[in-house]
Amino acid sequence: MLEINTLLNHLETELQQTLDTRKLNNPLMIGIRTGGVWIAEQLHQRLQIDEPLSLLDISFYRDDFSQIGVHPHVKPSCMPAHIEGRDIILVDDVFYTGRTVRAALNEIFDYGRPNQVVLAVLIDRGGKQIPIAPDCVGARMALAANQRIKLTGPEPLAIHLTTSASDKP
Amino acid sequence: MTVAAIDAMINKLQLNAEGKLKHFITIEGLSKTLLTEILDTAESFVGITDQQIKKVPLLRGKTIVNLFFENSTRTRTTFELAAKRLSADVLSMSISTSSTSKGESLLDTIRNLEAMFVDMFVVRHGISGAAHFIARHTAPHISVINAGDGQHAHPTQAMLDMFTIRQIKKDFATLRVAIIGDILHSRVARSQIQALNTLGVAEVRVIAPKTLLPAHVETLGVSVSHSLAEGLKDIDVIIMLRLQKERMTSALLPSESEYFKCFGLTESKLKIAKPDAIVMHPGPINRGVEIDSKVADGPQSVILKQVSNGIAVRMAIMSMAMQPQGGMQ
Repeated sequence: MLEINTLLNHLETELQQTLDTRKLNNPLMIGIRTGGVWIAEQLHQRLQIDEPLSLLDISFYRDDFSQIGVHPHVKPSCMPAHIEGRDIILVDDVFYTGRTVRAALNEIFDYGRPNQVVLAVLIDRGGKQIPIAPDCVGARMALAANQRIKLTGPEPLAIHLTTSASDKP
Repeated sequence: MTVAAIDAMINKLQLNAEGKLKHFITIEGLSKTLLTEILDTAESFVGITDQQIKKVPLLRGKTIVNLFFENSTRTRTTFELAAKRLSADVLSMSISTSSTSKGESLLDTIRNLEAMFVDMFVVRHGISGAAHFIARHTAPHISVINAGDGQHAHPTQAMLDMFTIRQIKKDFATLRVAIIGDILHSRVARSQIQALNTLGVAEVRVIAPKTLLPAHVETLGVSVSHSLAEGLKDIDVIIMLRLQKERMTSALLPSESEYFKCFGLTESKLKIAKPDAIVMHPGPINRGVEIDSKVADGPQSVILKQVSNGIAVRMAIMSMAMQPQGGMQ
């Protein structure tokens, strides 16, 4: 059983340490739709960041358009006009292959050139396929390909681990 | 070939086996679900203009050729911008149609471009059925988008108009829409009527002199009025059309000033419609012929909004037509 508050507490502690060591100045927090936004909302509150949370929909930046095409209900990203030189905390719920984060970084850089980006995720489930890794995590666990972590929310926010018969992710 | 016969043939062509868009030639025969999906997808593309780099990488590495056999400013530039914002490589060609053997030279042009590994053709042509002709004869991996063919259809214009209407009026079901002017020569009107009826508006009303209406226009699913003063009553959306003088081969009107007097939209005539009615025009506008400048530039005009929306809507249609076409998942 995964207890979401325990994970959030741990993530908050790690993130606070990272903010101090990397000296993030007036950071902008960005959540990746949909689960990442829910986690970001929690962290945004806990860290008492004044500036509104930014939301990123990475659908147009995914690397699998040639396999699955365009999703018709992409919600618009909600980002400030200027992120040039900003310090950014990028938040997602689950870190798996790293491809979502790659897409998110590409999109962020289309809004401007940030000073630094810190990646915070609730769970690193192992299985990365590209050289990208989170800076702060709520928990690390090695899951098999047929296991999935699913976040439900935003209220109440809960996390579920399911195992499917097929080994296809 | 009759316009209806062309439509029937195209229907089989523009959707793939899974019912997804492959070519976009006409609105006729497309479902409400698909039209709504186009509008929803376009909605997602609107925000890209807020980015410092106004581009998404969806169609990176794809090559799109705009084949314009007829003049165009808005349509060509917005198609070009849409392709660029999707990161496709785009080439715009304006081709004169002076050649007498159009069919043959058109196919030759297509074959040559195919040999350059093109993925999509955006076609404007003075002859009805031209885009369909290209779609039928081009290589299977290539998608064709109709950017206006003769008096047949201009489906992307109709979709950007639907997008603009939905943006402001939200719900189609209660709307009464008037299309005013040269319906006879207008491919835009044909596509708009089909889209409005598919999306389920309460009424589509065409207002024009008899000489500028096709015979049996009621069969398109519209009500007819020959008087602007009467026709504008209870109207939520006013779509003005340009007088297409270049397509008029006989004397259909006494004079432009006479036309303006009877069918030109002025501030006082606009008051007959609902107070929150919007005024649309696919452009280019003839000021003082079909619309008074005070209306075209006035607070109820959404003409320039239509132009901006053209980019997002064309991005949506292009990316949907370029989706993997079955067997690749």
